[in-house]
Amino acid sequence: MTGIPVTVERASASGALRRFFSRRASWIPVLAALAILIVMFIGAQAYFGNFLTPRVISSLLLDNAYLLILAVGMTFVILTGGIDLSVGAVMAFTGMLGASLLRDGLPVGVVVPVMLLIGAAMGLAVGIMVQYFDVQPFIASLAAMFAARGLAFMVSLSSIRVEDPAILWLQSTRIQAAPGSWFITPTGILAILVVIVGALLLAYTRFGRTIYAIGGNEQSARLMGLPVVRTKLLAYVVSGVCAGLAGVVFTAYTGASYPLNGIGTELDTIAAVVIGGTLLTGGSGYVLGSMIGVLVYGSIKTVISFLGAEQSWTRITIGALLLLFVVVQRIIVARSSRR
Amino acid sequence: MVPVSDDARPVVEVTGATVRFLAETALDGVDFRMFPGEVHSLMGENGAGKSTLIKGLTGALRLDAGDIVLDGEPVHFGSPADAQRAGIRTVYQEIDLLPNLSVAENILLGREPRRWGAIDWKAMRREAAAVLGELGLDVDPASTLSSHSLAIQQLIAIARAISADVKVLVLDEPTSSLDLDEVAELFRVIRELKERGVAILFVSHFLDQVYEICDRVTVLRGGKLVGEYLTRELLRIDLVQKMLGRSADELVVRPRSEPVESGEEAMLDVRGLGRGRLEGVDLVLAEGEVLGLAGLLGSGRTEVARLLTGIDRPDDGTIALDGVVISPRNPRRAIGYGLTYSSENRRTEGIIGELTVRENITLALQAQRGIFRRMRHSRQKELAASWIEALGIRPSSTEQLAGTLSGGNQQKVLLARLLALAPRILVLDEPTRGIDIGAKVEVQRLVGELADNGMSVVFISAELEEVLRVSSRITLLRDGRAVATLQSDALTVDSLLAMIAQPDDGE
Repeated sequence: MTGIPVTVERASASGALRRFFSRRASWIPVLAALAILIVMFIGAQAYFGNFLTPRVISSLLLDNAYLLILAVGMTFVILTGGIDLSVGAVMAFTGMLGASLLRDGLPVGVVVPVMLLIGAAMGLAVGIMVQYFDVQPFIASLAAMFAARGLAFMVSLSSIRVEDPAILWLQSTRIQAAPGSWFITPTGILAILVVIVGALLLAYTRFGRTIYAIGGNEQSARLMGLPVVRTKLLAYVVSGVCAGLAGVVFTAYTGASYPLNGIGTELDTIAAVVIGGTLLTGGSGYVLGSMIGVLVYGSIKTVISFLGAEQSWTRITIGALLLLFVVVQRIIVARSSRR
Repeated sequence: MVPVSDDARPVVEVTGATVRFLAETALDGVDFRMFPGEVHSLMGENGAGKSTLIKGLTGALRLDAGDIVLDGEPVHFGSPADAQRAGIRTVYQEIDLLPNLSVAENILLGREPRRWGAIDWKAMRREAAAVLGELGLDVDPASTLSSHSLAIQQLIAIARAISADVKVLVLDEPTSSLDLDEVAELFRVIRELKERGVAILFVSHFLDQVYEICDRVTVLRGGKLVGEYLTRELLRIDLVQKMLGRSADELVVRPRSEPVESGEEAMLDVRGLGRGRLEGVDLVLAEGEVLGLAGLLGSGRTEVARLLTGIDRPDDGTIALDGVVISPRNPRRAIGYGLTYSSENRRTEGIIGELTVRENITLALQAQRGIFRRMRHSRQKELAASWIEALGIRPSSTEQLAGTLSGGNQQKVLLARLLALAPRILVLDEPTRGIDIGAKVEVQRLVGELADNGMSVVFISAELEEVLRVSSRITLLRDGRAVATLQSDALTVDSLLAMIAQPDDGE
């Protein structure tokens, strides 16, 4: 009954390996990122002797919670084959707006939803430009970036302190997470929640699978009758909402908002996502990978401050790592397309 | 199979289908019907309106006039999704699946089984396995689509199409990238679907396949209906005549078989060429000769062509031109030697669709001249116009975007680009693939004329008949080795087939 070319080999050791590769090849870059993270942890521990402590690791999450949230949103957009350069500026703008509204006496229960809505609106604007006006995502989000940055300056040219207890609570509360000095802040919990929700959305909903489908081949996805327009718009909205949420978290983290916050953060975010194994061409990658990417980024920063070296070394190391990962990705893509 | 009598009810009936693009009428009042359990072929030259009709039927395009009746109910499709919901499913020529997702998702995407709103992956794999099983395919549903060969991807595309309630299945050029075994497998699946009462629309350029699998043929020409026939009542020659609208004897290409005079100095002498799977390939090409390369897919036909024209570099072997060993290290150098290549992938490695015909034709010549010797616009236009006329490219505008031309005309534009370089040797890789029979004959005739005028041609084609007709000698490739070189006079399609199919005896 079966034809000649369609038999899949089974039940041998090499068969099992082949099965792994035919099923899970897209996890390889994520595993590579994880390997690098582990090597960094072990190396840093061997060198400093006091790196792998609960305090340091807990701070890793605390210090990078905003970046983690941004990276989850960015993963959605990059998976569709797009890019969102506006996230850093949107984070700054929503932070400024939130801080000024709080200063004017609005309750936090109003301000935070407003921040998220503003983020969503910015994302929607980018999505509409991309989808309906056929603007390159790079350009559309660049325009949104300038707009959001300008709006941040419109709110105020100088820093606004935040004294709202609820916002400060997000940052200052140290919840004992495990025996010892493991701790987690509400911002950290928020970030982890965002990761979990993002991962579940991508793996278990039609929306998530359509995101992958669009990244695989937008034309095919459309011909398959999938809701391409809606899904692409939503991907940018997700990124925008994440940027708004990052605005809340970053404001809590610094205790103040400053219109120059988050300059270059969009690039850090993209770097983390790419290091986490998401293909810039779209269609392959995981939120979990992006989380690992953020942790790699954060660890490099920590290592460099342990060394007492200049923080500019962070950028240099990230640059080198990014280059390495992009090259590795090219090799993977080239190999799979040769088949 | 029992022939469907004409009074049986068609599952789908299109009447008076008309589609206009600006001033051009692509489809003009065409009637078309399909019966359940029948394989129906839509035939016509490129530009006859086949793809327009298919697009109209599958919702990818809105009919300007005309009605579609499905199962007795009038329907209107605003999008492919509408047509799919109504039970008309399409498998396109370029496989429109998602290489980055799993086989199961590719089959069920859009209709995933869900539990509490979340996709139920286990049920999904189970359902996909069931669909694949019905088609007799043993494929791991959890594996990534890109880990499978094109042929299997094609069958998976069919599995997707039939996984839902399907009444009409449209297969647009499904066999163009399959080899013989894979075509047989596809036909087995088609027959199985036929048994289930699915109406199948099979579009193919290969007459053999049409006659093997189809029960009924509808012929279009120039956007108009020529007629509907039962395949077994229609002679091949009549079919071709109806498609082309001209008398059949014009089709017979003057056979070209002046043998190379022995002792004549070979123009191109290739010895022991090797790279990767290619091993020790010898080729000799005389001036004004057409040398055919025959062999199965994967025998090394394209690899030889790429080595000859500097796209890949050989690991071993020598290439001598006029007795002097040359090394065409890159295409630019190769062109300098007069060696030019036309790729089998017309769309991705040949035509630049966003440029005009004029720009496409003058591209290589301008590149050869360099940026400091830019051709004036009027000169470009003149040059393009002369090639358009010489090769009969239609439409004959120099400013038409090349992407909007039919396959045959794109191929001619590519040929014009190479010929503008005044090459000594043309290497043509599948120059007639995917173009209609009329254009095919024209390209074949053109190759003959070029050779008559002293150009040497290496002609690669999967169609043995064509290779035999065009070439004066044929080099046979098998598993990366040149097995034999023979005069084409001494060969027939059958004897050539037998030689290709011969098992390797370790000579």
